[in-house]
Amino acid sequence: MAEKVLMKGNEAIAISAIRNGVDGYFGYPITPQSEVMETLMKEKPWETTGMVVLQAESEVSSINMVYGGASCGKKVMTSSSSPGISLMCEGISYMAGAELPCVVVDVMRGGPGLGTIQPSQGDYNQIVKGGGHGDYHNIVIAPASAQDMYDFVDWGFELAFKYRNPVVVLADGVIGQMMEKVEIHPPKPRMTDEEIRTKAPWATVGKPASRERNIITSLSLDSDTQEAFNRKLHAKYSEIQEKEVKFTEYMTEDAEYLFTAFGCSSRICEAAVDMLRAEGIKAGLLRPVTLFPFPYKEISRLASQVKSIMSIELNFGQMVEDVRLGAENKCPVGFYGRQGGNIYTPEEVAEEFRKFNNIK
Amino acid sequence: MNIEDIRKPENIVYRKPALLTDNIMHYCPGCSHGTVHKIVAEVIGEMGIQEKTIGICPVGCSVFAYNYIDIDWQEAAHGRAPALATATKRLCPDKYVFTYQGDGDLASIGTAEIIHACSRGENIVVIFINNGIYGMTGGQMAPTTLLGMKTSTTPYGRDAKLNGFPLKITEMLAALDGTAYITRQSVHTAPAARKAKNAIRKAFEYSDRNIGLSFVEIVSTCNSGWKLSPVAANKWMEENMFKEYPLGDIKDVLK
Repeated sequence: MAEKVLMKGNEAIAISAIRNGVDGYFGYPITPQSEVMETLMKEKPWETTGMVVLQAESEVSSINMVYGGASCGKKVMTSSSSPGISLMCEGISYMAGAELPCVVVDVMRGGPGLGTIQPSQGDYNQIVKGGGHGDYHNIVIAPASAQDMYDFVDWGFELAFKYRNPVVVLADGVIGQMMEKVEIHPPKPRMTDEEIRTKAPWATVGKPASRERNIITSLSLDSDTQEAFNRKLHAKYSEIQEKEVKFTEYMTEDAEYLFTAFGCSSRICEAAVDMLRAEGIKAGLLRPVTLFPFPYKEISRLASQVKSIMSIELNFGQMVEDVRLGAENKCPVGFYGRQGGNIYTPEEVAEEFRKFNNIK
Repeated sequence: MNIEDIRKPENIVYRKPALLTDNIMHYCPGCSHGTVHKIVAEVIGEMGIQEKTIGICPVGCSVFAYNYIDIDWQEAAHGRAPALATATKRLCPDKYVFTYQGDGDLASIGTAEIIHACSRGENIVVIFINNGIYGMTGGQMAPTTLLGMKTSTTPYGRDAKLNGFPLKITEMLAALDGTAYITRQSVHTAPAARKAKNAIRKAFEYSDRNIGLSFVEIVSTCNSGWKLSPVAANKWMEENMFKEYPLGDIKDVLK
């Protein structure tokens, strides 16, 4: 039987990185995710797996260390929280442009600006719609438990290498700080140099006489070359949208009303669904697990079935715009959100649901 | 004496380094980049480390260095080359890793990255081209622009009250415990280029000895930006740049 350990979501990220053969972590302290680097430093993986862990001088530097490591075909990652992620967006854009794989964990806190250190889901637009400059997409996966934090590191690298694209694990302060049982899987070794040469023939690992030099760059001064490259990127994004959508449904089979929520909000909405069901109201929940690609088709299908959809988010209305696109005006789409680190209770969500649907 | 006698190996005084590609350089005639590229290609070739060397390009005129030297390259965002090099060297410790950066890249937007790479004692080589101007964007003031020097953003000359003072970043870096070898060279004459080559070779050799960061500044000309002929630019550099940026070794922990 697999081992189960009680740990914080942030600790799960660190332990998972070591056990899943990650080559390097580069980070900078910021609340509420500092436990990621603290756990790594305490575990000293450089003495066991050979994993490099380095505290950089800034988030700007950490993401560029990730760029350097990824250029060598290594499995490299960083983590931060909202203001730090803003600083990393330049680097993430460069990595999307250079088609480099990496995993970035954003444990969201309240914004804008320095904001609060409490949980938020205010970075949805930044991470899902872009963040850095230029026409690119992150692959975005949203954990809703400490177990997800553990599992999504490995899944994130699988997607990152499959598509040569940055993957963002979009978590929040609740998921990062909450302690839960986590099932620990058997360890995976780090990739050997030979595996890197096979899996990442584009990597800068030193040029042998047998091949042309490898160049990692996002620069092209010729308009037609740049446009052709961007077409290639967008074909990749279309393929991701086609193949990689992941979501979970809760009590949707006979649902007359639907909630949509991701991350910690989906856990709260599950409880709200249970409360409403106990009152005889047939509510259900769709939780997008991937935010890019987004489950538009599934929302469209459910929009034909239900009387209304309500998006519940720790912001003032970001994912709801994608939910509206998916619903295609087939039913009314409502929204409820809290901010600043305030978190709705299931009772509060159920109450807002009754108001929106005129149910006494 | 016939031509075949003259072509004997012992008579060869110059040949294009094997690692310099046939791509036509985009650098202006008279620019120092071409000479420094040639020296770097020679050193990597002579040390036989092509297969073990990873270069990091900056943003600036030498953004296209990867077109000219036949090794694996990473192209960094503006100023961030030392961060890329840090991770590359730590993840691939058996490789030789160097950055090639201009004064805008290294001494302005990338000051945090270079200072902390030096402070951590990363075992990398940094080649720093200081021509006191932003060449690529059309001749704007750099942190190393001399007082009184006219650029497109200091059209009346750099004024200390308005624009601050020239930044002697190389001396600053020499004060950091993580640096092993810090030197300032130039390539405006054949003897100077030979000295610069020895310095770059030493820097590469030091980077393999786990003793910290090696840093070679090359005081360079940008005759286009300075609006001088190549010959006049060399003279102007000797008379003005060398006063502010004197040549020679600043630090060598093995001496």
